[in-house]
Amino acid sequence: MKTFQASIFGAAALAIAFTAQAQDYRAQAISMMKRDFHAKGIAHMDRLNEDALQLICNRSHNEPPKGIAETLQHDQLATIQYPADGKFLGDWKAGEKLAQNGRGMTWKDGGKPSGGSCYNCHQIGPATTSFGDIGNSLLHFGKIRGYGPDVQKYVYGKIYNAKAYNLCSKMPRFGHSGTLTEKQIKDLVALLLDPNSPVNK
Amino acid sequence: MSSIKLRAVVALSGLALVCAAHAAQKESAPPKKAAVHAKKAAAAKDPVAADFEKFHEIMEEDSPAELFEAKGAEMWKTKRGPKHVSLEKCNLGLGPGVVKGAYVQMPRYFADAGQMMDAERRIVYCMVKLQGFKEADLAKKPFSKGSYLPDPVALVTYVAGQSRNMKIAVPQKLPQERAAYKLGEEIFNYRAGPWDFSCATCHGEDNKRIRTQNLPNLASKVDAVRAFQGWPGYRMTGGLMHTLQWRMNDCFRQQRFPEPGYASETIADLLTYMGVNANGYLYKGPGIKR
Repeated sequence: MKTFQASIFGAAALAIAFTAQAQDYRAQAISMMKRDFHAKGIAHMDRLNEDALQLICNRSHNEPPKGIAETLQHDQLATIQYPADGKFLGDWKAGEKLAQNGRGMTWKDGGKPSGGSCYNCHQIGPATTSFGDIGNSLLHFGKIRGYGPDVQKYVYGKIYNAKAYNLCSKMPRFGHSGTLTEKQIKDLVALLLDPNSPVNK
Repeated sequence: MSSIKLRAVVALSGLALVCAAHAAQKESAPPKKAAVHAKKAAAAKDPVAADFEKFHEIMEEDSPAELFEAKGAEMWKTKRGPKHVSLEKCNLGLGPGVVKGAYVQMPRYFADAGQMMDAERRIVYCMVKLQGFKEADLAKKPFSKGSYLPDPVALVTYVAGQSRNMKIAVPQKLPQERAAYKLGEEIFNYRAGPWDFSCATCHGEDNKRIRTQNLPNLASKVDAVRAFQGWPGYRMTGGLMHTLQWRMNDCFRQQRFPEPGYASETIADLLTYMGVNANGYLYKGPGIKR
């Protein structure tokens, strides 16, 4: 019995030690990156700092406890700035060009407007076969989900800040990060939700 | 050599045509290779990617990378730098002057430098210590561009070629080497920047693609070898030779991070993480990339 208790105590001590060591590696890795990296173009050193959301996702291996996830998603939802005119649908043709365009936010970019990089991860229009599959297929998006104002608002919000709906989603927060403008996001909403868009043909 | 170069040019200008011709010649290829190829092509779902896979197989046997290996081999034994000595006394971890098998056993901890070093970091170290080059000069323009080929790129390609068909065996004997793996794992999973990306965002899941580019899952034992395999690589886009230093640099660019230091500890540790994950696989030598 004594050995059993001792081994439990030992295991607990080991677990604590291990956690402490894991955190130590994390802290060490972050400070090493801050030492080894340098700013280039628009990519400044502050990009190495985690914001609150990134920190939670990093620490929980992208699986935060449900309660924390809900609270933080709510905070992210509050960051979304919806269009003042209440209209969500832009020009799907401009949206298609944006979806194809993978530029933006790297140290080689700057000055020029960013694209949405959408095809990098999603199937969207039927004509483009060179699409990635990290995200789900968006083909027939409106046809399947409907074209109503609620869906429009959701798509606008999802592009503006994907983390408001799924805290540790891999999708960037295009509006929140300042990558895309309100007009650009509207054009992308139209690509998915204009009944005339090839996506819904 | 010139016929290889010529063939590369021909192949680049008429990829599909050359592929078809060679494919016809290669009908007696072993069925296993054909099956792997078919599987890859099916997964890619794209004629361009499928063509490249075909082309890749054909070119693997006499890759343009060999030109760069030869260049590096010559450079290795030539007396160069302010001290006018060759690199033949450079210790790549297996003793001074031992090049054979060194590449597949790096990164490793080097006590003389007190640092973890991947192949390129070590070669830069030797160029500085033995030949008297300035580290800052070597770090100024470290990547191939146009007709410019940095010395370390040729040297790394030569050293890598000397580990062709050897088993990847990145050491984890020393505490520093085990710590480097842990640190590399942390760097691999660290999400930050305007797009919230980490290495794992793209390279942490099986069978994913960006556009038509297949993404290796570098956290998995099965896929991690793809980080090692084919590097240094001759990139058909632009016809440039690139090492893993370049690959890591361009990944961080696309991660929307600031720029990592050339031949820095961060890169050495990241390469340790991926290298150890690939341990046990056969390294096929410098390769070609799309």
